[in-house]
Amino acid sequence: MNLLISRSIHIFRFYYDGFRNLSWWGRRLWIIIIIKLFIIFIILRIFFFQDFLKKRFASDEEKSEYVREQLINSE
Amino acid sequence: MIGNLDLALVDWSRAQFALTAVYHWLFVPLTLGLSFIVAIMETLYVRTGNEEWKRITRFWMTLFGINFAIGVATGIILEFEFGTNWSNYSWFVGDIFGAPLAVEGILAFFLESTFVAVMFFGWNKVSRKFHLLSTWLVAIGANLSALWILVANAWMQNPVGMVFNPETARNEMISFWAVLFNDVAVDKFLHTIASGFLLGSMFVLSISAYYLLRKREESFAQRSIVIAGIFGLLSSLLVAYTGDSSARTLSKVQPVKFAAFEALYEGKEEAGLVAFGILKKSEDKIGEKNRRDYALKIEIPGFLSVMTGGDRLAFVPGIDDLILGNPSREIISVQERMERGKVARSLVAQYKEAKVNNETGKAAGISGMFRDKTFSDKYFSNFGYASLGKPEDAIPNVGVSFYSFHLMVYLGFFFILVFSLALYYLFTGTLRTRRWFLWIALCSLLLPYVAGESGWVLAEMGRQPWIIQNLMSLSDAVSQLNPGSVMTTFFMFTILFTVLLIAEVSIMIRQIKIGPEHMN
Repeated sequence: MNLLISRSIHIFRFYYDGFRNLSWWGRRLWIIIIIKLFIIFIILRIFFFQDFLKKRFASDEEKSEYVREQLINSE
Repeated sequence: MIGNLDLALVDWSRAQFALTAVYHWLFVPLTLGLSFIVAIMETLYVRTGNEEWKRITRFWMTLFGINFAIGVATGIILEFEFGTNWSNYSWFVGDIFGAPLAVEGILAFFLESTFVAVMFFGWNKVSRKFHLLSTWLVAIGANLSALWILVANAWMQNPVGMVFNPETARNEMISFWAVLFNDVAVDKFLHTIASGFLLGSMFVLSISAYYLLRKREESFAQRSIVIAGIFGLLSSLLVAYTGDSSARTLSKVQPVKFAAFEALYEGKEEAGLVAFGILKKSEDKIGEKNRRDYALKIEIPGFLSVMTGGDRLAFVPGIDDLILGNPSREIISVQERMERGKVARSLVAQYKEAKVNNETGKAAGISGMFRDKTFSDKYFSNFGYASLGKPEDAIPNVGVSFYSFHLMVYLGFFFILVFSLALYYLFTGTLRTRRWFLWIALCSLLLPYVAGESGWVLAEMGRQPWIIQNLMSLSDAVSQLNPGSVMTTFFMFTILFTVLLIAEVSIMIRQIKIGPEHMN
């Protein structure tokens, strides 16, 4: 247990020191990464890229039925 | 229903996907190539203990880090687009797309993202050997990520290892190994990662040439060029070899694409390879589509037949043969394929009817037919043709295919020449004085990007109208969205990606101008 705690602290210190000692370009990159991930996973995913089938149909059977209909009537 | 789809919806959805893929591919190949170059440089540092190699490693690792950080997660948007814009496709592919992407997410991305922290934060905190191991694992992880994505893409080019289930309207994987070792996947993976290695090498060569032109960091630049030159030359030879192998595979699994990138309409024996050509629109038509003629053509006689069949007398089918059919060569026409596709689709309708009427025996019989290889080869393999309006719809854009292919090939030979000259001048001690060559090397920085994007244009435009070769057309695959909303996200992406690209380029230029002085 003690070993696990000390390992966890060691890993935490590793990342903590790494982020604290970031260079000029490193800090800017992290800002860009955070903004980018926010735009992709919050704005785009939630507001613009909802799953088309999941949004309209509750079950897999309904989704299958819908796609099957689309394929049958596509000629 | 889908037949009445607004073309604007399909076109905007395609444009959006193409834009995302093109931008994504600006970041990926540099990660693939530079990660290995950095690992090789660090290996030299660990083996020799020479601090100069550490400085070299840290400088290129910094540029790798900038590209990695800006590019990471840009590919996720492609997955969003599958679920939103191409929902019929996403459902139809079933677990075949999901399995390789899940492996990618669990194994490769985990490997890459865990050890990238050690790579950047671990200098002087972990042992040299563990740091080196982490750098290699990042390189291997990045390339394994590419493997699974390319396996998924290869399945779209050559669907294998699955059966269609009319109950779920999905394809179900029956052989993971068939999907993984699909001929197209093997060629595509090797060709793509080799092109990434080439791009990484050209990146190092070009920036090193910049330092030599500025008479800065000359020892650093020349050592970097040794690695970039050797790795780049080997990679460009591998690109040429795998490109040849890839073309041979395509001639079998995507013969229309193959004929299109050579603008070959009439199939023949002793078919020549077009070394250089300019196309013009012809008055002759296939159906309602104008053919393309050569305004100018320089040909290597018989070479295309040798390339594809290993023999000058091998018959290479042209677009006419593949669209209109050629019974003497046992090539069936697209019209016949459309009929066979309709048979397969009518069975899906009959299956549905049987289920509604509780005719379980009939439904099970139809389901069994889709699992039968003979039926599958004859009918289901033409499933997508049912939705084509006319046979000539199966012809891709010949001009785009032809020019993107030839541009890629010319650049491939140019890279072999540049890396060979770089090594020759370096080892004869004349590189610093060949300023004209250093300028060529510097100006070549963007050319591997052009070659790589041309390759993807050929791969994706050359297989139109299919999203899954022969099984599903774009119009079958697209979600019925409002084209206006697709347009909106298209422009949002244009802005987002352009901002990211500007950020990457500006941070990189700043770091390159600072140079490796402070890397100790």
